[in-house]
Amino acid sequence: MKETQPVIDRSNCVINIRGLEKSFGDLDVLRGVDLDLYKGENLVVLGKSGTGKSVLIKIIAGLLKPDTGTVNVLGKEVPKLRGRELDELRLKIGFSFQNSALYDSMTIRKNLEFPLVRNRRDMTRAEVDRMVAVVLDAVGLSQTINQMPSELSGGQRKRIGIARTLILQPEIMLYDEPTAGLDPITCIDINNLINEVQSRFNTSSIIITHDLTCAKDVGDRVVMLLDGQFQRQGTFDEVFDTPDERVKLFHDYNFID
Amino acid sequence: MKFHNDDERPVRRPRAQVISRRFDRIFMELANIASFIGRFFKEVFLPPYEFKEIIRQCFEIGVKSLPLISLTGFIIGIVFMNQSRPSLAEFGATSWLPSLVSLAIVRALAPLVTALIGAGRIGSMIGAELGSMKVTEQIEAMEVSATNPFKFLVVSRVLATTFMIPALMMYTMLVALLGAFLNVNANEGTSFTTYFTQVFDAITFLDIFSSVIKSALFGFTIGVVGCYKGYHSSKGTEGVGKAANSSVVTAMFLVFIEELLSLQVITALRYL
Repeated sequence: MKETQPVIDRSNCVINIRGLEKSFGDLDVLRGVDLDLYKGENLVVLGKSGTGKSVLIKIIAGLLKPDTGTVNVLGKEVPKLRGRELDELRLKIGFSFQNSALYDSMTIRKNLEFPLVRNRRDMTRAEVDRMVAVVLDAVGLSQTINQMPSELSGGQRKRIGIARTLILQPEIMLYDEPTAGLDPITCIDINNLINEVQSRFNTSSIIITHDLTCAKDVGDRVVMLLDGQFQRQGTFDEVFDTPDERVKLFHDYNFID
Repeated sequence: MKFHNDDERPVRRPRAQVISRRFDRIFMELANIASFIGRFFKEVFLPPYEFKEIIRQCFEIGVKSLPLISLTGFIIGIVFMNQSRPSLAEFGATSWLPSLVSLAIVRALAPLVTALIGAGRIGSMIGAELGSMKVTEQIEAMEVSATNPFKFLVVSRVLATTFMIPALMMYTMLVALLGAFLNVNANEGTSFTTYFTQVFDAITFLDIFSSVIKSALFGFTIGVVGCYKGYHSSKGTEGVGKAANSSVVTAMFLVFIEELLSLQVITALRYL
């Protein structure tokens, strides 16, 4: 649970999506998604596997192109951005991948430095080292600095993945299944880290998950993706206060005794 | 066990349709490779230049191949000298051995053997490395951290193979000639000076120059094929294995085709 109440600026919409549609061949994944993310807010997107949750954040990060609809991030229309403009926007977006996506051939230090040395070429060695130490400290893994990713546990890899995105001090964080494949205790650690990132770095975040404990712990607002559209929206309790069998089933399965 | 009735039998497509689809797939693949090569030539001239990564790849591709290349080159020199001796001895022409071996090594064996070893060691390494980066989302991670993965991963590797295969070929040439010298010295007692005088008398500038250019082409092919297969791999770990395997097979096939074509061009140049 959150220790401090987040400061959410409802007049400042950092992500605005309208009528988003995306299909792969004959498979319609997103069918007219509308979404607003406000400054300082943690928004949880719930849904079954294969419902297009990851597709949604990949479109936001400019990794996939939508078929139709508008995707406005920090005032920029993402599908229309190319080259340098898209890179500039990406520096303001942190993307934490489901499998951490750490570079296997590099040490943790090199992994963390990678986005920094490539995008802030004016930084001195000392400044880079200081930033690496700050983000490692933020995720509580300072001792792993010279280790290789293969030497870390799943939870540690997730944390380092989050640290790597934080090093560029993004305004928006996109978490793709942050607790997938982790034990319950490590899940709680990751949930706490997501909340800490929100309060310490003042980020606005979209958290993609099907883990309801994670949704309850980190979400200021929860939306549920069903049949390619957001069917339910509100606080965690509001979303599940419905007679809709599809939603109830999702809840009961997660909290089964 | 479920038995299919007549209505549930899978529909067999006409043979012509199957063949047509296969050709479509081949042409699509060729178009994709052409576009991949086009992108390489576009990105290679645009800043930022990845000098550090190119040097790192040159080390990985070049220096780390030296033990294998040394052993292979040395053995080829000895074996080729040994196998050529009986034929020349029949005509009492063993004094021609250094010239014969030097021509064979410089013109054909060194470039081809280096390229084949390169396709095996380097092609599979690049295919597997990029393939696993692709399926574990590391390439996408680079993209979202505002780094051009094509420039960082593909351009650097293709440049490194294009530079290092000719360098390795020169080294193979030297090691193979040394191996051949040891053999001829042990059997005929030919001195170092006599041997290398005969070796250099037999070859021309065109022989060495054409081998270097040919090796650069082989290196480019190995790099492009490895990167293309790895960069476009899918289907998890199975895809990584396929990418590595396909990189080696395709690169070796293309190296032989290029060897044949370059032989025609060089022969034509020689008689100009």
